[in-house]
Amino acid sequence: MDKIVANLAEAVAVVEDGATVMIGGFGGAGAPIELIHALIDRFRATGSPGRLTVINNNAGNGRIGIAAMIDEGMVAKMVCSFPRSSDPRAFTEKYLAGEIELELVPQGTLAERIRAGGAGIPAFYTPTSYGTELAAGKPVAEFEGRSYVQERWLKADVALIKAELADNHGNLTYRKAARNFSPLMAMAARTTVVQAHAIVEPGDIDPEHVVTPGIFVDHVVKVAEAAQEEALIRQGVEYA
Amino acid sequence: MKLTNAQIAWRAAQDIEDGAYVNLGIGFPEMVAQFQPSGRAAIFHTENGILNFGEAPPAGEEDWDLINAGKKAVTLKPGAAFFHHADSFAMVRGGHLDVAILGAYEVAETGDLANWSTGPKGVPAVGGAMDLVHGAKRVAVITDHVTKDGKPKLVKRCSLPLTGVGCVTRVYTSLAVIDIVNARFVLREKLPTLSLDELQALTGAELLVEGGIINLNVPEV
Repeated sequence: MDKIVANLAEAVAVVEDGATVMIGGFGGAGAPIELIHALIDRFRATGSPGRLTVINNNAGNGRIGIAAMIDEGMVAKMVCSFPRSSDPRAFTEKYLAGEIELELVPQGTLAERIRAGGAGIPAFYTPTSYGTELAAGKPVAEFEGRSYVQERWLKADVALIKAELADNHGNLTYRKAARNFSPLMAMAARTTVVQAHAIVEPGDIDPEHVVTPGIFVDHVVKVAEAAQEEALIRQGVEYA
Repeated sequence: MKLTNAQIAWRAAQDIEDGAYVNLGIGFPEMVAQFQPSGRAAIFHTENGILNFGEAPPAGEEDWDLINAGKKAVTLKPGAAFFHHADSFAMVRGGHLDVAILGAYEVAETGDLANWSTGPKGVPAVGGAMDLVHGAKRVAVITDHVTKDGKPKLVKRCSLPLTGVGCVTRVYTSLAVIDIVNARFVLREKLPTLSLDELQALTGAELLVEGGIINLNVPEV
C-alpha cells in the first residue's frame, strides 16, 4: 500500500478535459494552492485540462488559486455558495461577460450534496431554500407538517484537497478550520488527490485521530511549505 | 433619536442565555458577541467548522487557517471544537443551535426574511444564509427600523428575493423590539421618546400590542 506520488505534476495528471473537480477550502483556509497551480502549469504547457467544472465554496480570490484558473480560461462552470471575495475580479468579469456558468447552492446544501455523493445517497430533502428562487423547479414534499426541497447528490471526477498529516494509506488529518469541505470532497470524488504538509509512517497518526480514512484517498503528494492563500492575497501575489 | 448599531447589538445580546449555542451572521450581527452580559458565556458557532471561537487575535498574529464565516481571523476558547462542513450544517438544520442572529433587507409580518439578494443585478451569492434561517430554535434579526431612504424594512410581504419563509421569531431594530407571533408583528419594546403612532408610521405592517409595551432603554455603548 503506497499512495504517495513523487511530485505535484504527477499528482494532478489525473485531471482530464471537461472534468468535474472539487477543490477543498473555505476562502484561504484549506485551499490546495500548490495542486491548483500545478494544474495551471499543465494547462499553460499543454492546453489541458480545460472546460472544467469546479466545485468550491467560493469562486476564487485575487489572481491566484481558483481565480488564476478562471483567469486562465480553464473553468467553464463554478458550483459554489458565495462567488465573492475581497478581490473577486476573475470570476466577476467572466460571469458578467457570460463566459462562465454559475450554479449557486446554499452552503449547507452544497456540503450535504457532496456528502450524499460520497455516501451513495442520490437525493435528500432539506428545509433550506424552500420558498425561495433557489428552489425553483425542484420537487417539494411535506414531512411532519413542514415543507422540504429535494436536492441531488454532487459527485466529481477528482477532488484536490489539502491535509496536515498523511500516511501512505492515505489516512489524513487537517489543520484547524482548514478542514471544512475536504473530508466530504474526498468521499465524493472518483479520484482524490491530497497535498499534505507532512507524510508520516503508518501508525503515527493515532487511529482515534484519523479524520479522513485512507479508503477515500488515492494519491498523496508532500508539500511541506505550502502557501496560505489568504497570506498570498495580502502580499499581493499573482500567479502569472 | 434611534439606537446605534452597537446599541441594537447590545439589546440582542441581553436575550442570549449562558451556555447558549449561537450563530451570528456575517457583519453587523458579529457585534453581538461583544455585549454578552457578565457572568454569561455563549458558545459561538461558525459555519466553516468551529464551535467556541473567540475574539480576533492582535494584528500580526492571525492564523488564516483559523477564520470565521466572514473570513476574519479568530481565536479559540478552551473547549473549542473543529468539524467538517456537513457536521457544521447538521448543527444548523438539525435544530441544535439555540439562537441565530442575522441582518435583514426586509422582514415580513409572516416571518419571511429577505437578506441575501437585492435583485438580479451583479453576481448572486447566498453563502449560508438560507441554511441558517432553518433549525435554530430562535431566529432573530437585528436591523435599522427603516432603509437609508426612510422606507420601512418591516413590511407586510417582502419585495426582495426571500432567504426563508416564516422563519424569523424576533426583530431588534433601531427603534423597537418586535416579536412575530402567528404571522403578525407584536410590539414588545419601543424607545420611550417615540409614540406608538410615530413607530407605526415607520412600519410597513400593523403593530399589535399584547399586554404592555416596555421602554427600550439601552446604555451608551
